[in-house]
Amino acid sequence: MTKRFKVGYMAAVVVLSILAAMGIGAVILLAIGADVFKTYMVILTEPLKNKIGITEVLLRTIPLTIIALGITVAYRSGIINIGAEGQMAMGILSTTAIALLFPDLPRGVLIPFAILAGAVGGGIWGFIPGFLKAKLEVSELLSTVMLNYIAAQLYTFFLRGPMLDPAELTTGSGTPQSMRLTRNLDLTRLIPGTRIHTGIFIALALAVVIYLILWKTSFGYKMRAAGAQERAARYGGINVPRYLIIAMIISGAFAGMAGAIEIAGVHRRAIEGVTSGYGFSGIVVALFGGLHPAGIVPAAFFFGLLIYGADMTQRLVGVPANMVQVLQGIIILVIVSSKMIIANPYLMHRMEAKWQNLTGKLHKEVKA
Amino acid sequence: MITFIANTLSLGIPFSVALLIASLGETFNQRAGIFNLGCEGIMAMGAFIGMLIPYSVGQGSEVPEIYNYIGLVLASGVGALLGLFFGVVVVSFRAPQGIAGIGLQMFGVGTAGTLFRHFVGGTQSIPTIGVAPIPGLSRIPLIGQILFNHNPMVYVAFLMVPIAWYVLFKTPWGLRVRAVGTHPRAADSIGIQVNRVRFQALAVGGGMAGLAGAYLATCQVGMFSDEIIAGRGFIAVALVYFGRWSPVRVMGGALLFSLAQSLQLAIQGLGIDFPYEFLVMLPYVLVILVLTVSHKSQHMGPTALGKPFNREIRT
Repeated sequence: MTKRFKVGYMAAVVVLSILAAMGIGAVILLAIGADVFKTYMVILTEPLKNKIGITEVLLRTIPLTIIALGITVAYRSGIINIGAEGQMAMGILSTTAIALLFPDLPRGVLIPFAILAGAVGGGIWGFIPGFLKAKLEVSELLSTVMLNYIAAQLYTFFLRGPMLDPAELTTGSGTPQSMRLTRNLDLTRLIPGTRIHTGIFIALALAVVIYLILWKTSFGYKMRAAGAQERAARYGGINVPRYLIIAMIISGAFAGMAGAIEIAGVHRRAIEGVTSGYGFSGIVVALFGGLHPAGIVPAAFFFGLLIYGADMTQRLVGVPANMVQVLQGIIILVIVSSKMIIANPYLMHRMEAKWQNLTGKLHKEVKA
Repeated sequence: MITFIANTLSLGIPFSVALLIASLGETFNQRAGIFNLGCEGIMAMGAFIGMLIPYSVGQGSEVPEIYNYIGLVLASGVGALLGLFFGVVVVSFRAPQGIAGIGLQMFGVGTAGTLFRHFVGGTQSIPTIGVAPIPGLSRIPLIGQILFNHNPMVYVAFLMVPIAWYVLFKTPWGLRVRAVGTHPRAADSIGIQVNRVRFQALAVGGGMAGLAGAYLATCQVGMFSDEIIAGRGFIAVALVYFGRWSPVRVMGGALLFSLAQSLQLAIQGLGIDFPYEFLVMLPYVLVILVLTVSHKSQHMGPTALGKPFNREIRT
């Protein structure tokens, strides 16, 4: 097989899968009578036209990056974590609890403490499916989804009950939210007039940490080995169940941290709808980023763009924001399909034979 | 007390229908070796189609219920198409089924939400299919009220249980489905077209998931919303594990869950002061508990479950 053909083949698969994803999206757009080209243009360019737009996209990049990093650790270790939504909610609850209990701690202590609390909250929520999978063979796909629903109920329970803003009780509006958390927890805003905050540096630092752990330590090597070839890893003396559980704890802790940073940086109180699908978008980001930190950061920016851009389509072209969920679903389906095409050597050989047949014929025709 | 129990039971049985139909469909998928986690997405599309027909063409009609039935039929058609679409991804392209299922779920829920906002706009209610007591039987004291006083789809759903059992275990096609899910290579060697049978099973399973979603919209709730499925698709998948791939045991699971749900509503109705959120979370906790117990069961699952078949590679 020529190297040139291989590269061309892969490029063709990637281009075709992007076109396929946009094509399936176009079918839905046509069904609602929208201008397909204009919709895609609005989603992909409109947010980048001013300062607010760009910072808002970056703002969404932060939780997406952190959650996708966690999902990558799990995925590489052979366990699919679709419970990031719930783990993030549990992280928010833990962070809020710490901020409500210790409002007078100095900034330098409270911020790390509260983010750590978020990591612990999410980590516990990740430990449960990891333990169930490793010890009791419970499918993590189902247990994590169920834990999402359970966390959502716990979340509203705490916001309506123990953590409810006392002011909501006196005014009687009863919006389920906590009070404005202590200013000692606030992450500094970087640019006046925008919401972008220092959490972006935390996200980038975490990307480096995950790269170092997974690819530069024997610990990370063992996790990846457990995920790549479970049986071989076991013969190699790796305690696979243990690494599954640890991977899920890390994965959950990252989702929890994402929630903590979202609270400390953006909302400054626990409100409903903070998670807003980040847990699921994180899966798409992780896959789209090739399950590698270097790919995840740009992928998170791209999906931040998609999510924020889709918010604008409602106003500008009358396309509901739910469209972003459609696109994310298609992108997952297309990525997993195209990966299998690329990884299939038989198909590639056959295509190459056909290609040579075709070009060979052309040569003959030219000669004749 | 007796009326309380009877009311809870007669409320719980119609609740079980959506779960029952969807998990029977998923049983076909998994018996053929396909783990379709996208059930939730197909149900959302089914619920939307089921609601759209009576809402858009059935309004002001003299027989509005007929449009509910048309909605149910169309929804299962759309569900079957989505099942085939999933087949292209996991059977033809042999993509890993767990993650692909999440993709299908997002695609289905997102598409239903997008189309709903465009064609309907906001919350709109439609008339649900009314109760059709079975003559004679419904007048048996207590039992009549519990078992024979429901909307027609309830009877249809419970009739599907023996039909699904018969199809799976007593027909040549059912044997082929089980063969491709248990030992696809052996099935292939005697001339069964593995991928074709898997596509057929996906169409059946998808159709039933679509029907289940439409049942929620046309018979149970009488409207569509983004949260209408509320994880029932995932619970249906879990019920198949719980029922160890047998239609009858799957029915038992569906009944258990719906009774838990109706009990939850009944407790709320009694006005006992208990945080409402913990009652809502009960079925999901139950799923996890059930899954932790069911893996010890003696019943073997389809051994090729989740494994794509490639006849060009020796295993």
